[in-house]
Amino acid sequence: MTTALGKDLLGLEYLSADQIELILDTAEPFKEVSERPIKKVPALRGKTIVNLFFEASTRTRISFEFAEKRLSADTVNVAASGSSVSKGETLVDTAKNLEAMRIDMVVIRHGSSGAAQFLGQRIRSNVINAGDGKHEHPTQALLDLLTLRDRFQRIKGLKVAICGDVLHSRVARSNIWGLLKLGAEVVVCGPATLMPRNIRDLGVTVLPRIEDAIQWADALNILRLQLERMQAGFISSLREYNRVFGVTAERLAKAPKDLLILHPGPMNRGVEIDSDVADGPFSVILPQVTNGVAIRMAVLYLLAGGSPDWAQAAGKGEGEDR
Amino acid sequence: MSGILIRGGRLIDPARNMDGVADVYLVQGKVDGIGRNLAAPDGAMVVDASGQVVAPGLIDVHVHLREPGQEDIETIATGAMAAAAGGFSAVCAMPNTDPVTDNQAAVGFIVSRAQRAAKARVYPIGAISVGQKGKQLAEFGELVGAGAVAVSDDGKPVVSSHLMRTALEYARTFGIPVADHCEDPTLSAGGAMHEGIVSTRLGLKGIPAAAEEIMVARDILLAELTGGHVHLCHMSTRGSVELIRRAKEKGIRVTAEACPHHFSLTHERCEGYDTNAKMNPPLREPEDREAIRQGLKDGTIDVIATDHAPHHYDAKEREFDDAPNGIIGLETALGLAITELVESGLLTLPELVARMTTLPARIFNLPGGTLAVGSPADVVVFDPAIEWEVRPEQFFSKSRNTPFGGRRLRGRANVTIVRGQIAFQRPD
Repeated sequence: MTTALGKDLLGLEYLSADQIELILDTAEPFKEVSERPIKKVPALRGKTIVNLFFEASTRTRISFEFAEKRLSADTVNVAASGSSVSKGETLVDTAKNLEAMRIDMVVIRHGSSGAAQFLGQRIRSNVINAGDGKHEHPTQALLDLLTLRDRFQRIKGLKVAICGDVLHSRVARSNIWGLLKLGAEVVVCGPATLMPRNIRDLGVTVLPRIEDAIQWADALNILRLQLERMQAGFISSLREYNRVFGVTAERLAKAPKDLLILHPGPMNRGVEIDSDVADGPFSVILPQVTNGVAIRMAVLYLLAGGSPDWAQAAGKGEGEDR
Repeated sequence: MSGILIRGGRLIDPARNMDGVADVYLVQGKVDGIGRNLAAPDGAMVVDASGQVVAPGLIDVHVHLREPGQEDIETIATGAMAAAAGGFSAVCAMPNTDPVTDNQAAVGFIVSRAQRAAKARVYPIGAISVGQKGKQLAEFGELVGAGAVAVSDDGKPVVSSHLMRTALEYARTFGIPVADHCEDPTLSAGGAMHEGIVSTRLGLKGIPAAAEEIMVARDILLAELTGGHVHLCHMSTRGSVELIRRAKEKGIRVTAEACPHHFSLTHERCEGYDTNAKMNPPLREPEDREAIRQGLKDGTIDVIATDHAPHHYDAKEREFDDAPNGIIGLETALGLAITELVESGLLTLPELVARMTTLPARIFNLPGGTLAVGSPADVVVFDPAIEWEVRPEQFFSKSRNTPFGGRRLRGRANVTIVRGQIAFQRPD
């Protein structure tokens, strides 16, 4: 079914600023649902959702599952191992078989860029991209945007530096689209070996030194450094990476203002981020996770055809199962 | 045996600088006569070519026919039929079959299959190395003796510079070109498309232009060192064109081909993760496409070749990273070339015909490529003005993997004659 967001949520590149703001606004009342003793509203009662995870994921999968359950949807989790995927079934066959069981939505995490779009073009159910290869991870960027908006009360004009392995990061791409569409300024900072070709053409500024990014920014979004990048020859060593690009308390102390610290997780403490930064007063890493559930509730709700007014109604507890 | 009289067409034969209305009479597998108002001998079949071009049958020096090994996606017979339908009277089949065409028996198999099909001629290309494994030189003498017209490890680059050097040296003995797929695999590993703004946006691993150009430069240096003839397959970057241009100025024995998709499309075609836009070398940037076109204009790129690469529907119907490289090209090449190169004013029709038949015949030492009296009766009659829509479901090829489905093109073959026999005639 087609909704205010279209049929699928594939990436922030494909959404307008209005659509992104609609999701953020819709998430606001859902935040409160998770603070109740009975964390449940009936908005998606009777809807069937499959969480199709071809890649390992803890945070995102559980966050989606909580969001679905708090909206009263019926959910099934499918992991690649232990399913027919491990018997050689193709992605399209897996999805079509699931759809033959009359489902409403698929949340997909897949290692190949474009997998969510591929699926969305081939099944009638709504498809939500929970991370496709190095392409996009839209709900992560949306929860980052919500967290920034919580703290700064605005996105427009904010200076956000995305630091680390931009080349392999779907979080970076989704954040770049979302931030730029909402009027933020974006810097990407990291080793030149981990910067995608022509990245400037997206409308971002490249700063090669973390010190310069820290001087410039209002907030840092620090990307996870996949440990296998060292074997692939993109960086020389984790120690060197931490020395040159690590976000440390010492470096932050030289900033002209207090910087908000975001990280999509899971963190490599002592590599891209030091523990005293991660656990420090300006870290919003755990509030990001909390917002993740509200954002995913909002996305599920909107793709199920819900209007923002209903979301407010749901958030205020009307029609709630008591 | 009765002949064929092709009457009233615009005869273009670049080998003899000929471009004018003339009749052509073919008999006993040869061009028997050319002239105005030839009388049809008794029993001769008459082909009315008025308003159409009559040219030497097109020759494609780079196709993959998948037989032996993958007969479900193409066979020598279906590939030769697709070729004839595209106006080609001859194609050169790359050796990356299963088993690899790396011995005289394998070459002989292709020759006999092609004879049985009796459509376009199929010339086998032998492997450079045994099993295309890049180690041991294949038996060029036996390959050529059985009918191979060139050697190549296409599908894979020749990684070892030593092997490439010895191949170039040894091939000189037999007067055959060594055709190389130029790719530095350490730079291209895991790449799914051209490295640039589109790969950055799509989050796909890119293949930089330098991966091709490094090998182009190496092959040119080795051709200079050995005096061998290197033929560079499917050139796709402006850097490659520049390297070849300079090598030719120095008199080095290098020839090069370009594919219709590389002079028609750019990496933006990969948007939406359409696996029919996935090929190797990948679709590049607008500047690269323009350089390829200029190379075809000034002769830096000698020939147009399709790199016809059939794949099964299921193989392309999957994630972009996992889909195989390549598209079919035999039945769209002429239309794309006329639409993109001639209609745009870049090439004249005689220049295009030269790049699709005269020069392929010359650089691979093949029969045909001219309609001089006494030459093989391999002829194409095509309508350069007709507009048509690409409908893959109507292709003679067994496969349908093309990014040009639905595209409107100008120019299409109507009759293809091979060895004096009609191999293809478009129904009215």
